[in-house]
Amino acid sequence: MKVGVLAVQGAFAEMEAYWRAQGAETFEIRQRADVERGMDLLALPGGESTVQGKLINDLGMFEPLKERIRGGIHVFAACAGLILLAEKIDDPGRRDGTRPEKWFGVLPVAVRRNAYGRQLGSFTTVGTFDGKPNVPMTFIRAPAITAILSPEVETLSSFDGKPTSVRWRDITAFTWHPELNATA
Amino acid sequence: MDDRQELNRNLAQMLKGGVIMDVTTPEQAKIAEASGACAVMALERIPADIRAAGGVSRMSDPAMIKGIQAAVSIPVMAKCRIGHIAEARILEAIEIDYIDESEVLSPADDVRHIDKTKFAVPFVCGARDLGEALRRIGEGATMIRTKGEPGTGDVVQAVRHMRKMQSEIRRVVSLREDELYEAAKELAAPLDLVKFVHDNGKLPVVNFAAGGVATPADAALMMELGAEGVFVGSGIFKSGDPAKRAAAIVQAVTNWQDANLLAKLSENLGPAMVGINADEIETIMEERGK
Repeated sequence: MKVGVLAVQGAFAEMEAYWRAQGAETFEIRQRADVERGMDLLALPGGESTVQGKLINDLGMFEPLKERIRGGIHVFAACAGLILLAEKIDDPGRRDGTRPEKWFGVLPVAVRRNAYGRQLGSFTTVGTFDGKPNVPMTFIRAPAITAILSPEVETLSSFDGKPTSVRWRDITAFTWHPELNATA
Repeated sequence: MDDRQELNRNLAQMLKGGVIMDVTTPEQAKIAEASGACAVMALERIPADIRAAGGVSRMSDPAMIKGIQAAVSIPVMAKCRIGHIAEARILEAIEIDYIDESEVLSPADDVRHIDKTKFAVPFVCGARDLGEALRRIGEGATMIRTKGEPGTGDVVQAVRHMRKMQSEIRRVVSLREDELYEAAKELAAPLDLVKFVHDNGKLPVVNFAAGGVATPADAALMMELGAEGVFVGSGIFKSGDPAKRAAAIVQAVTNWQDANLLAKLSENLGPAMVGINADEIETIMEERGK
């Protein structure tokens, strides 16, 4: 399997290692030309959503990436990646649920950024993911999924009564970081 | 290592490939965030002005830091003086995302650094070589940056420190295992951390470049030399067009290998900070805390 890892900012090296450990071939997406390469799966790593969102626009990758995401390849998104995909951004300062114009907005969930507070609110836990028990989950200044906007969205893990990872069509997205516990 | 240390190392991993910018007001913080900063460093005066003003330089007013925390959604860092446990406690109390125990401020303790393992909040520390980096990590720092010579706009020290650190890492990797004890003694660094470097060929924490980065080319140079991201202090808000320069440096860090793009990014940025040559100054900040 060929995995393109968005490598504009954040924990992309960890995401590449995560997929290589599963036997995939990986390459980095830093520019528009990289998006044209064939891939079976697009991986969006953790990092800062504002930075990644700006860079995919500044580097001319927004439209081609969005087309790919809509075009039926698999998408695997952690934290900032989930935020870029979410249909609604439910930040306290953004009550109307709008999202920055140029984020993908394809995944029918509402997401609140930094929902657990600042770094002192970051935490780890162990839980069930997609039926698999005892999966380590690391939440770093994590967002929360505050609403699911389509009955097609399947919840794969939860914490404190809220979904922490979901599957919708070809997209799997996490509020935590599977790429950080690749070796755990 | 406890969970908290691991989580704090993890936050630094999320900052990789990014640019951390010094800001002095909420307005500057918003410009930095909109330009693509992955975090901001809140301080009352940027290093160039600290240098110009002279006198004792201390932690910033918590009210000023809170103003910046309220203005942006990205992580907010702030500096405390080397060895100033109480300033660090205050920054932890206002839930800063990262403390920079920084040589840019006047040291509060001229011998010891803070025992950072006693804090829940993460610390980044400066280092000029591998031994210094590993001593700071041993004390609990979860992110390292080069020291550079802050506020000069002269990248020469950051280059020297990054090259030295990387070449010392390569040397440690090349040693036989029974030579690591002597290496730890020479580096004046904890043996377990020297062993980690030997086995992994890198520091156990994220390593950024800092000090004197003023242009997209400077940022690309530091990435080329092995930095995992850059701090830009005085270079942005002491320049002619901060927003444009900031955005260009952010793109340069992502695509540091693409010279055609770097050429485009370097065009028409307006005047860079004037800067001072690092060998023409009297106060050598990088010497603070070893």
